[in-house]
Amino acid sequence: MKQMEPKTFGSNQEMQDAEKNFLHRRHQRARLAQSVFQLTTLLAVIFLATLLVTVVNKSMGYVVVENKVDPSTLSDRPLSELNNTELAQMLRENLRKNRVRTLERAGFLEDQSQSTLVQLVETEIIQPEVVESYNLFPSLINSSKIKADAASTYPNAKVEFRYWLNGTLLTNSMASQPELAGVRSALLGSLQLILITILTAFPIGVGAAIYLEEYASHKSRINRLIQTNIDNLAGVPSIVYGILGLALFVRALQPFTSGALFGVDGQNGRTILSAGLTMALLILPILIINAQEAIRSVPDSLRQASYGLGATRWQTIWHHVLPGALPGILTGTILAISRAIGETAPLIVVGASTFITSDPTGPFSSFTALPIQIYNWTTRPQPAFQHIAAAAILVLLIALLSLNAAAILLRNRFAKRV
Amino acid sequence: MNQPSKYAIETRGLNIFYGDFQAVKDISLQFERNRITAIIGPSGCGKSTVLRAFNRMNDFVPSAHATGEVLYHDQNINHPSVDAVQLRRLIGMVFQKPNPFPKSIYDNIAWGAKMNGFRGNTDDLVEETLRQAALWDEVKDNLKRSALALSGGQQQRLCIARALAVRPEIILMDEPCSALDPIATLKIEDLMRELSQNYTIIIVTHNMQQAARASDYTAFFTMDTDRSGIMVEYNETSLIFTKPKDQRTEDYITGRFG
Repeated sequence: MKQMEPKTFGSNQEMQDAEKNFLHRRHQRARLAQSVFQLTTLLAVIFLATLLVTVVNKSMGYVVVENKVDPSTLSDRPLSELNNTELAQMLRENLRKNRVRTLERAGFLEDQSQSTLVQLVETEIIQPEVVESYNLFPSLINSSKIKADAASTYPNAKVEFRYWLNGTLLTNSMASQPELAGVRSALLGSLQLILITILTAFPIGVGAAIYLEEYASHKSRINRLIQTNIDNLAGVPSIVYGILGLALFVRALQPFTSGALFGVDGQNGRTILSAGLTMALLILPILIINAQEAIRSVPDSLRQASYGLGATRWQTIWHHVLPGALPGILTGTILAISRAIGETAPLIVVGASTFITSDPTGPFSSFTALPIQIYNWTTRPQPAFQHIAAAAILVLLIALLSLNAAAILLRNRFAKRV
Repeated sequence: MNQPSKYAIETRGLNIFYGDFQAVKDISLQFERNRITAIIGPSGCGKSTVLRAFNRMNDFVPSAHATGEVLYHDQNINHPSVDAVQLRRLIGMVFQKPNPFPKSIYDNIAWGAKMNGFRGNTDDLVEETLRQAALWDEVKDNLKRSALALSGGQQQRLCIARALAVRPEIILMDEPCSALDPIATLKIEDLMRELSQNYTIIIVTHNMQQAARASDYTAFFTMDTDRSGIMVEYNETSLIFTKPKDQRTEDYITGRFG
């Protein structure tokens, strides 16, 4: 289509031409600017998409599983249909006496739940092993070749399509075999950690922001010093907070963080509480700065109106400033949570465990967290752990998004009240 | 009981400073009870600063401080022992831009009263003050609606009603009509006249016609050579606008300057 000659206004032809040229250049520049911004947005979207695709690609695909013992030789029926006696019998027949004795230390096999016994049969007797694993895209493209290869290399093995992000991953804890490893203890650890972090950092952060904005004189040298420090602390590398947490919470406050003060025995300071408090320190500057910004954005006319009616400072803050600032404060909290849930370095320093098979039992238990678990898995040589790591990243992302969604819902509720 | 003083508010030699800058110089004024007094003058002459000194709103400007006396019930309100919170209930304020709280119409009025320990029937209070502010008929069916949905003039009358709800004696108005159209302005002026039967009203205005129309007394402020505000003339409004004693007043009201 032929572009229409733009109409310009003016009586003098010469002037009109000059102006047309000038206009043309300005419009050109405007279009250039627009395309630059579109390009930057596109780049950002591409990066994000690449990240997601990579993770998803790794989190599912064909696996070649070889069983040490074929389940069909154990029983004609599927394991889940057998009753406790039959399963216990199976275990006694196929395991060495010592192993059975170890397993029965807590109680007779027959007395344990059916699902536990099925799991035991799988881990102790069948012992499935992933001998080969593929990513999603190769699995989709070369499915027949993969199956042929597997059949020739591992005649006894089965080829199956596996979603690594599955129920086992969520219900199992860390294990040395990748087929049995899961994120349960790490996920619970992360959630408890974040809970402690928020419960500590939110009131302190909002309180500090209120003081700095509503009470402190901006002229006082001390307050300016404090402000500058907070602004700079937001940029301190997280490992430094880790070292601070190690010195302060793990070591100096050990009686408190290990729970010894509260009658909990046998723990050192490397607990969820220490990690949560360290994380709280880490996000405190971000929280304070965001809350200050939110408080500052509450129009001064509202404060004046409130004071003008004979309200005290606290009544003004509680009834007008805080409700007005809350949506902004919650937005800052979302950012802070996102930062905290993904932090790894400070957790390593304050002593998160990488191999924990039991659930965290409260603030004074040793723990692991999702980023730690992911980091640990990615450093292991077995390829199957790479897939689990990818699946765990998805779990982390989903957990993060759910927390943020909850905060956003909360924010919208407050924003709508007006 | 003390003999109540003759004036609602009286200033004696009031000086107000912002840091080193003297914003107003040596203001001595007496405000009559149950009258409307207008303060007029060019921009920057310290009218609003003086008005805000009457309920200590200048406390929130960190660099501001005042010397001299502002007498209210024979008590200098600048004295540290005076409780500014109580003072601001007794001396209410209406601001230049309508600033209702982002709450319902009902809550806007009830809130201030509740904060000041009101124990009576809130519904009655809301109706009474909205009637006083000549707003009741317009909003009586929508009391739960957001105050921000009202027009500018209605918002300003709501702010007046809100101020009345805490039972003040004096109402300070800081250019209350500068953001309003002429019809809304007239409504507010009628309202002021109505209210002056029970309240003392002090109004700062840029609008000389408004001062002439709506006030009983007028004080004319201007700036001296240091750009500090000074009071030039204070008299009954009719005299200020017909027989000004000072040349500067005459220049201002005839539009030759300012």
